Amino acid sequence: MKKASLLLAIVFAASMIAVQCPGGAPATIKVGVVAELTGDIPAVGASCKNAAEMAVKEINDAGGLEIGGTKYQIELFIEDNAGKADQSASAAQKLITQQNVVAIIGPNASRYAIPASEIAESAKVVLISPWSTNPKTTLDAKTGAAKRYVFRACFIDPFQGRVVAKFALDNLKARKAAVLYDVASEYNKGIAEIFKQTFEESGGQVVAFETYTTGDKDFSAQLTKIKNAGPDVVFLPNYYSEVPLQVQQGKRLGITVPFLGSDSWGSEELIKLCGGDCEGYYFSTHYAADAATPVAIKFIEAYKAKYGATPDDVAALTYDAFGLLWTALKNAGKVDREAVRDAMAKIPKYEGVTGTMQFKEGSGDPIKSAVILQIKGGKFVWFANANP
Amino acid sequence: MGVDMTYILQQALNALQLGSIYALIALGYTMVYGILTMINFAHGDLFMVGAFVCFFLATALGLPFVPTLLLTMMGVALLGVTIERLAYRPLRQAPRVSAVITALGVGIFLENFTLALNPYPQHIPTLIPVITWNIGDVSISSLQALIIVLSLALMVLLDFIVRRTMVGMAMRAISWDKTIVPLMGVPMNLVISATFALGTSLGGAAGVMYGLAYPVIDPYMGIMVGWKAFISAVVGGIGNIRGAMIGGFILGAVEIMVAAFFPSTYRDFVAFALLLVLLIFRPYGILGQPRPQKV
Repeated sequence: MKKASLLLAIVFAASMIAVQCPGGAPATIKVGVVAELTGDIPAVGASCKNAAEMAVKEINDAGGLEIGGTKYQIELFIEDNAGKADQSASAAQKLITQQNVVAIIGPNASRYAIPASEIAESAKVVLISPWSTNPKTTLDAKTGAAKRYVFRACFIDPFQGRVVAKFALDNLKARKAAVLYDVASEYNKGIAEIFKQTFEESGGQVVAFETYTTGDKDFSAQLTKIKNAGPDVVFLPNYYSEVPLQVQQGKRLGITVPFLGSDSWGSEELIKLCGGDCEGYYFSTHYAADAATPVAIKFIEAYKAKYGATPDDVAALTYDAFGLLWTALKNAGKVDREAVRDAMAKIPKYEGVTGTMQFKEGSGDPIKSAVILQIKGGKFVWFANANP
Repeated sequence: MGVDMTYILQQALNALQLGSIYALIALGYTMVYGILTMINFAHGDLFMVGAFVCFFLATALGLPFVPTLLLTMMGVALLGVTIERLAYRPLRQAPRVSAVITALGVGIFLENFTLALNPYPQHIPTLIPVITWNIGDVSISSLQALIIVLSLALMVLLDFIVRRTMVGMAMRAISWDKTIVPLMGVPMNLVISATFALGTSLGGAAGVMYGLAYPVIDPYMGIMVGWKAFISAVVGGIGNIRGAMIGGFILGAVEIMVAAFFPSTYRDFVAFALLLVLLIFRPYGILGQPRPQKV
């Protein structure tokens, strides 16, 4: 017993020296990523991984991140959650306990970010989800208060739902709307409900509010019902892998009114899977690659040079999540989970790729604006801005 | 809103399309069960492989519809026969549960093998021109018509093979008795291979048609569809070919009609509650016969 504790003390002391020693190996900071590399939305995971590797490489190539006078190299650990809620939680657990990371970026989809955020919160480790827009990600499930350690780089669904509802009413002059959404997915359900509420409060009428479950491929019954209700617009707040099926089946059943979407549409994969069927439709998202600020242009150019593709919103938000983390680490002045959390909550203004972000104390949700994009000639084209 | 005729007709067409795909896949389950009394849980994943083979033939080789369909059916049949030869035949004398676990394993292997090749969902191009005809207010697309007609034709063909040909007679004989019939000169292994080839080629055809109707395919697409087809086979009376067809159409109709007349959230739960009730009254399925236990 005594021997063991003595040994432990020696190991502990040695590790302290190893960190302090200026002549030894360069000091490193470990950062974890949980992404959807396989499963139903692998394009999201791929973008997240690309942007994460790019953000870390930029810092390491520049000699490291300077915190309190010491330059730190960043060591990145990427875990796949396989598009499963339980694997998201266990990946977060593994990063925290085995890799001992200082913070976690990801997961992206709300249905995976929510379970992972519970783990991070209870382990007191900062988690920044780039793309999870469901309010529950940053809120405690029991008390409804804000989680202390969970942040995000994107806006939240109540805001997005309002933006799309207002857009349908004001720009498309729609008076009757239909909604088809995945009732088994937090993101889709949340945004559909906010859309319905806002649309009806502003004088519109939701004539069909139809559901399905994740993995369904046949929507003919629901779409026939929607067609019969005669809407002016159909809102599909669903993921890019399902939207093409819904649009194609809707068109075959004779629905001719425009379809509308949310930020889950914003992957290049959507255009590939749609063929030409999604041409002319609109969706709300985080940034427009063709109407970018100087900060964004620099990022877009670097990303294109490295990966040969235009970064989608997940890539941009992941890059911003890392930017927020670097800022928090610098402001904290030391590599400590608690200090990083405090610095994160006090970021007054961050100029990111996806716009300016600001955190209020006591909330992990940034204040930022949204954009409406249109699919035109097989590309996402900026259409309008929407401010909070 | 009154429930008008066109709405019901439109939903009936939707039900026929979904039901014919379930029926085609259900046939694969029921044929294998009929001859080996084993549930081939890999069948849903063979259906998925069919959709991916179709994707490959249509995009990489740019083949039109008919050769794509035929080559896919042959490819999947070959895979089915190979799986039977390598995975199931060595276990024919083993406890039934070992064979079922092996089938589950083969299914997971197929899913993850496809996943390892490419995790991205794929888009199957339109292989036939999509024309929408309007008869009154009812829209029917050329695709819907093709799926329904082709599925029915394949089912009639299968029914003919099983009931009117020598191979079919051999299949029925083997499913009746596996000890005496081989002694009379019926090559059992060959007949079982033929059964797998027929059943899985229908699964491959279903994969092609499903891929045309719902053109976004992914490696996990076979799981849920496979379960539903399996349920169709049980409802119709597993082991009975005509039963599997009826079961497929019943499940398709129940799913569509529940979503059509109730809130769509209730679909699966009402549909499966109905099926449970049906099984309470007909535990062997609609056309199934209780097998007498030989003591």
